[in-house]
Amino acid sequence: MAFRAVMSRRVTNRSSDIGARWMSTWWGNVEPAAKDPILGVTEAFLADPSPSKVNVGVGAYRDDNGKPVVLECVREAERRIAGHSNMEYLPMGGSVKMVEETLKLAYGENSEFIKDKRIAAVQSLSGTGACRLFADFQKRFRPDSQIYIPVPTWANHHNIWRDAQVPQRTFHYYHPETRGLDFASLMDDIKNAPNGSFFLLHACAHNPTGVDPTEEQWREMSYQFKAKGHFAFFDMAYQGFASGDPERDAKSIRIFLEDGHLIGIAQSYAKNMGLYGQRVGCLSVLCEDEKQAVAVKSQLQQLARPMYSNPPLHGALVVSTILGDPELKNLWLKEVKVMADRIIGMRTALRENLEKLGSPLSWEHVTNQIGMFCYSGLTPEQVDRLTSEFHIYLTRNGRISMAGVTTGNVGYLANAINEVSKSA
Amino acid sequence: MRQQFTSLEAHGFESPTTESAFSSSSSISSSSSASDRRLKALARHFVDSSPVPAAVMDSHSQNPNDTVSPSPTSSAFHADSVFAHLVRAPEDPILGVTVAYNKDPSPIKLNLGVGAYRTEEGKPLVLNVVRQAEQQLVNDRSRVKEYLPIVGLAEYNKLSAKLILGADSPAIQENRVTTVQCLSGTGSLRVGGEFLARHYHQLTIYIPLPTWGNHPKIFTLAGLSVKTYRYYDPATRGLDFQGLLEDLGSAPSGAIVLLHACAHNPTGVDPTIQQWEQIRQLMRSKALLPFFDSAYQGFASGSLDADAQPVRMFVGDGGECLVAQSYAKNMGLYGERVGALSIVCKSADVASRVESQLKLVIRPMYSSPPIHGASIVAAILKDRNLYTEWTIELKAMADRIISMRQQLFDALRARGTPGDWSHIIKQIGMFTFTGLNSEQVAFMTREYHIYMTSDGRISMAGLSSRTVPHLADAIHAAVTSFA
Repeated sequence: MAFRAVMSRRVTNRSSDIGARWMSTWWGNVEPAAKDPILGVTEAFLADPSPSKVNVGVGAYRDDNGKPVVLECVREAERRIAGHSNMEYLPMGGSVKMVEETLKLAYGENSEFIKDKRIAAVQSLSGTGACRLFADFQKRFRPDSQIYIPVPTWANHHNIWRDAQVPQRTFHYYHPETRGLDFASLMDDIKNAPNGSFFLLHACAHNPTGVDPTEEQWREMSYQFKAKGHFAFFDMAYQGFASGDPERDAKSIRIFLEDGHLIGIAQSYAKNMGLYGQRVGCLSVLCEDEKQAVAVKSQLQQLARPMYSNPPLHGALVVSTILGDPELKNLWLKEVKVMADRIIGMRTALRENLEKLGSPLSWEHVTNQIGMFCYSGLTPEQVDRLTSEFHIYLTRNGRISMAGVTTGNVGYLANAINEVSKSA
Repeated sequence: MRQQFTSLEAHGFESPTTESAFSSSSSISSSSSASDRRLKALARHFVDSSPVPAAVMDSHSQNPNDTVSPSPTSSAFHADSVFAHLVRAPEDPILGVTVAYNKDPSPIKLNLGVGAYRTEEGKPLVLNVVRQAEQQLVNDRSRVKEYLPIVGLAEYNKLSAKLILGADSPAIQENRVTTVQCLSGTGSLRVGGEFLARHYHQLTIYIPLPTWGNHPKIFTLAGLSVKTYRYYDPATRGLDFQGLLEDLGSAPSGAIVLLHACAHNPTGVDPTIQQWEQIRQLMRSKALLPFFDSAYQGFASGSLDADAQPVRMFVGDGGECLVAQSYAKNMGLYGERVGALSIVCKSADVASRVESQLKLVIRPMYSSPPIHGASIVAAILKDRNLYTEWTIELKAMADRIISMRQQLFDALRARGTPGDWSHIIKQIGMFTFTGLNSEQVAFMTREYHIYMTSDGRISMAGLSSRTVPHLADAIHAAVTSFA
């Protein structure tokens, strides 16, 4: 205490000698940043005291009681891990075992690319981290390239490629009139892009629209990509979550692989293993041969090292424990299907409720769309009404997280949507 | 226009691009060399009589019978990789040591490379308090794995700030500190660096010579320009204090200065408290912005408070600073990537705005930090018993290292190894900067299977009573073989 008093006296005595600069803040020019549009919704929801509030904002799975879920396979994996392993640094590229298992999910259990060691892959900080690492990699090694991003897309995609300083362009995707895919314009954009452009594609369960191309459409896109020599980067955040079957959900990727494309993939276990906060994912880049894969992986590691040195251990251990044990893996597949089925059930229920209320609008898209999100078609003003009048929280683009819908609140939700949209 | 394309499309040609076949009368035009390469690569496959994508065909061959379609089973589409020009990156100098060590089959090999604590038996250590906290977490069925907020676990952030700044810090009480959970020390430094590059007016950071190899890379990628200040004096194997004062004295006003809070990595050379006070006065007089890297709190002296003194001195004068904390070493949580960045500001309002901007840096980097390690830390820091146990285990680790220093020093003296080796016991923390040169280091690796970084840095944590003699022999041989 005395020391402090002495110090502050000394400081005041010297203030005339010291540039007045350090006495004032360095950060006077720092503006308050805009709230993240998605995560800000949950913040607002938490702050709301209303007992009937509903959170259909952020894409995190909830059970039919509206509670977060930790999968049984995850609990079992954690029991096995706790007390049994040390916490040493992973290599910069992360857990080799976890990465191996993860590649099988995307490329196929018996993929020749895995056998031939043609895939450069590193563990990443979930999907965000995988996209960011790829964007940084793209900037460093293809500095003249740009990224084509679908309209709309997950808002953070724009932030990621912007912070990586890769110029962005957009391509048509969602068709508001049909609340489906604007395939003709999408194909035009693919054709009109300069040869060798980089495209960001959602492998399945497009976020935020829930609108996916059909298998036939994927094949046409793949063909056109070949013709143009484009690079396909797949963001696969919902494998297993869309149809309930991970193999089926990877179809788009498999089509491109069959057609010979050298693709990149961002994978995440946030949703399909419920490991959200653990930040577990994988970035992979398919190369011409093993030598190139080694080179690419080493360069990806060079980008990870000055960002976080090496990725977090715990989530990776959970994943490799589960996927490395046939029994646990089967349990996981069952649990994923349960989650996907509940969401499909809620889509049906929401649509039926809206139709029963006699809503004049068409709600087909609720069941046509796939995955965690429903792009309702509600306007920002209607969304604001849902929040202010009904305490229903969702992002202003009208995206509803179906995972937040339960048998308990679907009637309330349908009623509220009907109320704000019937005068549309 | 569209009509025309439709009919042509029916023949297998797709609609033109600005650079496509139809925009010129001659052969395929392309305005960029990248597309040239692409088309040439595709063209190479024509001679294989493999399916040819329509775009590549000469505009003059408008034969409708030339329609092509992709053959899904054909492996003929071997486009060049867009990354074919990459060369393999060199191994990270520090982590590469462990890679090399792992490859060595020798039974007497010794890893003194990466700074990870080892027990007397040479094993990694998970602290008892960590195991206890882990069990608590696993057994608590109410715990979920939801996303943390962008800034991380709130409780953890508050406790971390208190740990480094002191529980009674006025800066904390006045809400002038914003703390965000980050990916260990590396992540905290990177997020802090990116924030500074966006919002600070002087984009130069001064780092000590030498420093941890990853520092310059982190700050460069964050967007800052990196300069150095003198720090280590090879002649004394101690601090070049005069050089330090001169270099910081001639830095431009407002420049950022990276300071190792304690247990300087790689040298183990720390300023005395009096020297810290002089550094503080100089920096404040030149309005230099301190950015502390605190990776070894508790590990240096064994006392968490003593090791935090330099940071607290700076915060105590009311000025602003940044602090990056890591729990990798002092809680043994290495692989869980647990750390925190604190920015001490002049006012609560500024701190709040700063936090909102930090979120914009983090979100496009990894959205939010991992929950597991931070939950363990919070569980330990907030429980009086666990916290006390932790300080005891931490002191035991620090004491073991101090004892290794003494043993190594004694062993070299006993062998009569030429040179003054007192720096081994004067330096502090996990590392000793031996003063060995890269030739001597290479010799030790070759002949004695001792793995360390080529700058002569050894991790004392990797030594045990059993292996000290082997290391002493190696140093002795290296010094006497290569003067």
